[in-house]
Amino acid sequence: MTTLEETPTVLATEQNEQGYREFSLGELHFRRDEYFVYITWPTGSHVMSADAFLRALQRDVAWEFFYGIVNFDGVIGTVNHYGTVDLFAGRYNDSYRKAELDHVENFPTPQIKATFEEMLDDWTNETFDPFAAPRETGSAFGVKNGENRKAITRHRVKAARMVSCTGDEQIRSDETGHPVNEHFVDISQDEPEIIAEPGFEDEVKAFSLFAYLSRSDVTWNPSVVSVCKDSLFCPTTEEYILPIIHGNDRVEWFVQLSDEIHWDVADRETGALRAKVVMRAGDVAAMPANIRHQGYARKRSMLLVWENADPDIPELIATGQTPTYPADF
Amino acid sequence: MFETKTASLDDYTKGGIEVIDDDPKHYAFSNMYEVANASKPYESVVVAMNRQYTLEILRAEGESEWRTAPHDEFALVMGGEVTIRLVKLDNPRSHHDPGDSGSRRIDGEPSGEPMGTIKAKKGHMALLPADSAYQFQTDEPGVILIQTIKGPDSIERWADICITTV
Repeated sequence: MTTLEETPTVLATEQNEQGYREFSLGELHFRRDEYFVYITWPTGSHVMSADAFLRALQRDVAWEFFYGIVNFDGVIGTVNHYGTVDLFAGRYNDSYRKAELDHVENFPTPQIKATFEEMLDDWTNETFDPFAAPRETGSAFGVKNGENRKAITRHRVKAARMVSCTGDEQIRSDETGHPVNEHFVDISQDEPEIIAEPGFEDEVKAFSLFAYLSRSDVTWNPSVVSVCKDSLFCPTTEEYILPIIHGNDRVEWFVQLSDEIHWDVADRETGALRAKVVMRAGDVAAMPANIRHQGYARKRSMLLVWENADPDIPELIATGQTPTYPADF
Repeated sequence: MFETKTASLDDYTKGGIEVIDDDPKHYAFSNMYEVANASKPYESVVVAMNRQYTLEILRAEGESEWRTAPHDEFALVMGGEVTIRLVKLDNPRSHHDPGDSGSRRIDGEPSGEPMGTIKAKKGHMALLPADSAYQFQTDEPGVILIQTIKGPDSIERWADICITTV
């Protein structure tokens, strides 16, 4: 018997005066004009710069709502429940909470994903690449001006075993459309020397992670390069500002492979500042499971994000069976 | 022109934590080169842990013992030039109990067919396949980051390697 998956309904208007469609998810409404995005809900309203909103929206869509909370800023964001997603306004903002003006609605993941994808597609002009650093892209602003579908639907790397393994994600090159980034022209492009005995060509595998990252054409986009059961190496290249404020639902680890990133760390629930962390090459640090963080990198840097994808962790933390920090000492 | 700043055993500048309202120990902040400088050759020092999963730092110096794990592991060379030898074990289960995780030491030379070698430099990442034996060799001291699962030889010395006060 064949069953057809139900196509989620996207609630959107025709083009407004600036040429953009308006979108609704439950009682939340999204509208953009030349400069801004306007979000309204029954108890409030909010405005974001269009470029900041699109950079955040791009990550939320590409990451499929990631682990935990994706705060677009201090008011708007999503919480991933891995099958459904909360869309909230003010839920993780102390002032909105105290005033009881916050709003949360839960949606099946396919519904919010489809709506966000159409919003991203409609609101991204041909001049703007929301994955790029500011120096690499044109303007997000103005009235509706074409589309940039190629940029917003890039292939997301998800290695099953390790990049370069047979049948898995492959290394990057000029030929694959991944030139070395301007900030990484000093990174050696030499690959490891591999001598595999006959019959073991699929098992004796290695690649240059640094060369691979030097050719990344996106910023702030962790992508899986190696998999040890639920342990995922998700390196990424970082430049300018992490476009979202990530609220953890598990401990997350950072290994700074090159250069320097400054992190603001705040309370996950309220946004109250808890620490500032500066990471330089060789540094290793955990982001506890009860915080939110946002990073700043002047020069494009290589950051190894390390995740434990075990789906039981949020429940274990919520019930106190696993601590919010990595180790007792 | 931008200069990419990586680090090494001889040249690293550790960052830090400016605490406003938190315990610095919750960040388990360390530096892999500092850890390797204080390590014996090839001891596995845990620098990151997420339940059973670990990232372990090895000071690569000379020739390591042979090790094996019942699952894939990965070695990211973060300093030096490392040769990795791989052997397909004849009887991998003789080195593990069922359900084991993490790597185990193999006494002496492994019994099995040579799979090949990998010569890796800083920034190179190698697969250490499940049920194979692997050995590292280097002429000059280096650093290897291992993606693995905590095993009997994983060393936790958090208080020694992490920032505890600010």
